[in-house]
Amino acid sequence: MTVDGNYRLSQLDELEAESIHIFREVAAEFEKPVLMFSGGKDSIVMLRLAEKAFYPAKVPFPVLQVDTGYDFPEVLATRDRWVERLGLRLHVASVEQAIKDGIVVDDGKTPRNRLQIGTLLNAIEEEGYTAAFGGGRRDEEKARAKERVYSHRDEFGQWDPKNQRPELWSLYNGRIHEGEHMRVFPLSNWTELDVWDYIRREAIDIPSIYFAHQRRVFERNGMLFSESEHNPLRDGETVSERQVRFRTVGDLTLTGCLESDADDLDKIIEEVAASRITERGATRGDDKFSEAAMEDRKKEGYF
Amino acid sequence: MGTGTETGMDLLRFATAGSVDDGKSTLIGRLLLDSKAIFEDQLESVERTSKDKGFDYTDLALLTDGLRSEREQGITIDVAYRYFATPRRKFIIADTPGHVQYTRNMVTGASTADLGLVLVDARQGMTEQSRRHAVILSMLRVPHLVLAVNKMDLVDFSEETFRRIEAEFTDFVRKLDVPDLTVIPISALQGDNVVTRSEKMPWYGGSSLLHHLEHVYIGSDREMRDVRFPVQYVIRPKSDEFHDYRGYAGQVAGGVMKPGDEVIVLPSGMTSTIESIDAFDTQVDEAYPPMSVTVRLADDVDVSRGDMIARVNNQPEQTQDLDAMVCWMSPGALKPRSKLLVKHTTRTVKALVTEIDYRLDVNTLHRDQDAEEIGLNEMGRIRLRVQQPLMVDLYEQNRITGSFILIDQASGVTVGAGMIRD
Repeated sequence: MTVDGNYRLSQLDELEAESIHIFREVAAEFEKPVLMFSGGKDSIVMLRLAEKAFYPAKVPFPVLQVDTGYDFPEVLATRDRWVERLGLRLHVASVEQAIKDGIVVDDGKTPRNRLQIGTLLNAIEEEGYTAAFGGGRRDEEKARAKERVYSHRDEFGQWDPKNQRPELWSLYNGRIHEGEHMRVFPLSNWTELDVWDYIRREAIDIPSIYFAHQRRVFERNGMLFSESEHNPLRDGETVSERQVRFRTVGDLTLTGCLESDADDLDKIIEEVAASRITERGATRGDDKFSEAAMEDRKKEGYF
Repeated sequence: MGTGTETGMDLLRFATAGSVDDGKSTLIGRLLLDSKAIFEDQLESVERTSKDKGFDYTDLALLTDGLRSEREQGITIDVAYRYFATPRRKFIIADTPGHVQYTRNMVTGASTADLGLVLVDARQGMTEQSRRHAVILSMLRVPHLVLAVNKMDLVDFSEETFRRIEAEFTDFVRKLDVPDLTVIPISALQGDNVVTRSEKMPWYGGSSLLHHLEHVYIGSDREMRDVRFPVQYVIRPKSDEFHDYRGYAGQVAGGVMKPGDEVIVLPSGMTSTIESIDAFDTQVDEAYPPMSVTVRLADDVDVSRGDMIARVNNQPEQTQDLDAMVCWMSPGALKPRSKLLVKHTTRTVKALVTEIDYRLDVNTLHRDQDAEEIGLNEMGRIRLRVQQPLMVDLYEQNRITGSFILIDQASGVTVGAGMIRD
């Protein structure tokens, strides 16, 4: 645990301690927190940290998942294992249902990813959640690099980047008004590599699609996508079987995979460390639309 | 970036400060690029934007200017956090704008930093801003200070210029309380003395900036003598298996705690012995900053969030009157009789400003004793009366138990930061 036997924590232990502090602070100060769970590695690492923060008591808040209807079955299976093992309450907010209820409008062009925003905000409002943990990391993207650990959302669920509260020392200000909520990012200071190192160290159960496997895929805009009834082929696109893995797991119509033979954590970490492209740039169609894509989605209330 | 950050690597948090044109963003871009923390797609996007803007070089500053409004105005408007790692250390940079009205961002970035990096332009030497940055870093008790004299390429790598700035800065810093100062001549644009030693400045015998960041000793910077454990959360599983479990969870703010230690719970004054220190499903032999642990006591004493565990013979001061240096961060000025909330460790209490002692001019260190208020981005010495006792230390002795934030009751916004002085 110590570095040089000198009462110094290793950097991974220091990150863990900071994240646990954040979980406990929120549980102590907010009436109704919830953990936003995507099934991806970051949200699973959050669950692991929450498990540690409150042990031997149960995690004192439910998990909220926004179901796009286009989720990978392997991801849903992992979710169910975690929920079962930790004895959590799972709250699923369905994009399909939100479309049926007229909360969001499916015009056939807007990606599910964007429809998640309205679905999520509606779920937060209906249940009266006052704090929502998200797995966002500041190393992911330029707009996130400027976001606080406690990120205040107004009554419309929106983020105002020019009007953020200063955040000093480890003193987090959790005051909100009726109808507002706080997004809280316990992994703010983790990098992609830290997350993978932690998954390896803690032997954390993650969806199998992160590991190299055989899959029927097709190429679109220079990225490989999984064959699926939700993702009809366009002219000129053909399906072939390749050995791939996913670096992020989201809406399967938007989440691309990479050709890879990294079938265990050591190989994945080696691949991530050697990679010259960010995980979002490599496999997320949704961030390519514009340079300010993430900033715009965040302002509207995205994760 | 080495594989596997879990083995023996530690973490250095540093804050950067510089004026708009000092080349700070370029330097950070250079550190990220040379340590391979920047990816091809990010670099491509920056190259494309530079070309679109008609630049004939890749503007590395674009890598760190994250928000659209900043890119449009060409300035950095808020604290941004950057990450990179070498095989020795992981680094978190709190990148703060040097622009005059943003003192609050600098204070924010410095509050968690182990090291402060101030940049000056070799052609200009010290400016009002670089003096202010040094003052703020010393006030926030950032233990290490580095002055990077940038744009050495534009003064023909002149030793004379460097030595003059070095002498001037060292002289200024002597008036402040800076335990460790290092001065390095660099060119961020060309990479001289950033990652490797430059051949263009053979007269410089010190290390490159990155080498210094990798090797600067931060082991003893944390307070290890006085045990301070602010109770954050009480863990009571109430399950069959852990029916009688009652643990006090928190992050160690000072000292080394061990099972068997005799401790006192404040403010109640009840004493007990540490029965065990739990870290998830294991028990540890000792706990020290910044570990997050759960402490169990041998006796059934009443402990709740906001209490502080300390050693019987080494306690923080319990007080309702605070003397503090504050940085004010809100457009409406801080005045005597202002009513606020103070959040100190895990305790939030109502507070009344009883006196404004003086306003500090951070450029000249002049104390204006006649000041009647402290405005946005100003600092000053005040007295506060709080509704319930707080367990405090001087900020110079403990950055956690010696600091607090000020919150506006109506808006809920953080309006100030305070450091307890005697």
